[in-house]
Amino acid sequence: MDIYAENILDHYRNPRNRSPLSPQERIGKDRPEDHQFMQYTENNPACGDEITVGLDIQNTHVCTISWDGTGCAISQAAMSMLSEQFTGKSVEDIENFSTEDMLALLGVNLGPRRLKCALLGLDALKKAMKSHGAADED
Amino acid sequence: MLDPKAIRSQFPLLLREISGEPIVYLDSAATSQKPDAVLEAMMNVYRTSNANAHRGMHPLAEEATQQYEKARATVQKFLNAKYAEEIVFTKSCTEAINLVAHTVSQQDHIVLSLLEHHSNIIPWMQRDAHIHWTNLSDLEEILRTHTISLVAITGQSNVLGIRPPIEEIIQLSHAAGAKVLVDAAQLVAHHPIHVQKLDCDFLTFSSHKLYGPTGIGVLYAKRECLEEMSPMLGGGGMVYSIAEQSFTPLGIPEKFEAGTPPVADAIGLATAIDWLAHYDWKDIEEYEQHLLRHAEEVLTTIPGLTILNLQPHSAKAPRGDLQPQSGCISFTLAAVHPHDLTEILGRQGICLRAGHHCAQPIHKHLGIAASTRLSVGIYNTIEEINLLPSAIEHAQHVLATT
Ligand SMILES: Cc1ncc(COP(=O)(O)O)c(C=O)c1O
Repeated sequence: MDIYAENILDHYRNPRNRSPLSPQERIGKDRPEDHQFMQYTENNPACGDEITVGLDIQNTHVCTISWDGTGCAISQAAMSMLSEQFTGKSVEDIENFSTEDMLALLGVNLGPRRLKCALLGLDALKKAMKSHGAADED
Repeated sequence: MLDPKAIRSQFPLLLREISGEPIVYLDSAATSQKPDAVLEAMMNVYRTSNANAHRGMHPLAEEATQQYEKARATVQKFLNAKYAEEIVFTKSCTEAINLVAHTVSQQDHIVLSLLEHHSNIIPWMQRDAHIHWTNLSDLEEILRTHTISLVAITGQSNVLGIRPPIEEIIQLSHAAGAKVLVDAAQLVAHHPIHVQKLDCDFLTFSSHKLYGPTGIGVLYAKRECLEEMSPMLGGGGMVYSIAEQSFTPLGIPEKFEAGTPPVADAIGLATAIDWLAHYDWKDIEEYEQHLLRHAEEVLTTIPGLTILNLQPHSAKAPRGDLQPQSGCISFTLAAVHPHDLTEILGRQGICLRAGHHCAQPIHKHLGIAASTRLSVGIYNTIEEINLLPSAIEHAQHVLATT
């Protein structure tokens, strides 16, 4: 399928859950005790794409994902789709999400040139999750 | 005047179609296409005279050696070098720069310009040399305040297409006791080079940007520089004699050419040089300027499109203040990522390059992450350039966010 298919362009033109504010900033000071906020910025120096993703997690439940970024249609649309996909899911669902799952979600088959673009958001999400585990141990 | 139709007809690849559209190849700065003459010469080597050069006495080996050395003489004449042994064949321009960088150390202070390609940055960093970045206007200052061993500078930017004043830079550097390496990867197909007049100490280029094959590049160095340098690669073909614990290398240029030499590639490069000599440099430069100035004219009519140059914000500067761009121009398009733009153009057979073009420092300097580059060879036409505005506007339309 065309990588500039309508569903991808729709997410690129009208990104879901995109906000310059992190979940923490959105909810403000009154954050509930059992909520954890985490944030990670991933970039691809080869093309200058950058995505910052923020998560609000209650135990293992993903309450909110918000993100901001710049880059090509694929990287931005992929992140938008992921943010919809995982809101309300568990952190395990993110951890188990594979490259193949990402391509299936996009509905396209990408060559090696664009695969990195498609995976930028997923990488950011997974790295944000790592900071989740680390924080738990403290 | 060049006859682009007659030139094009010699490039079989340009007949190719992509999704039913004729190919519009505007990426010659990445690599040029090859004329029939080059393809046939290389095929001919493998069909009729293939043998290893500088190894063996049989007639084929003799022929291979002669042809390889004849190719060296062709490059010598092309660069106006004094001696054939000042021409070292390498794998690429990158390897040629590495060969020189191999001889510097941590104590050396090297000047690089913001325009440099990563190939003329990383090799110096790998030696832990101390790097001084110049924006060209502060070069005299740097040369005065530091003891610089070498100034390594591009002859033509692979992003902006501008040509630093290398004659002047070489004079200034020599006056300060520094040697100069000219990275001519981009310059070589667009401007005649006279190394003796330039008086540069080193000059490097790749065959594949000069209508020749991939896999071969050139290091020119003054004889006395080469004689001082130690070889980077060891192996067959570079040794005079071997003792129990040590070896004595051959003289220049052989000591830098360990391993089986790229005979067919050298012959391909020499053929490309001979082929290009059918055309007058003045005609080549005039024609390519005509193409690029026209490209500039039609591109600037596109809303949101900005052509990159060293003074992107000084719109007030008279046009004459900006150096003319040669070989390529690069641009950004508001709200459209270069990868998306070139992917959509590519579907119509229009081939442009997107990214940072292995030149992150200049992109950083201009405050952008990536750009789209249009580059020309002597086979491009005004008709091809004229396809761009509507194709770019189509891409803008596809990706429009509002
Ligand atoms: C200015 C410049 N220098 C060096 C190189 C490296 O050439 P190669 O990759 O053929 O070694 C290039 C190629 O893109 C270039 O544009």
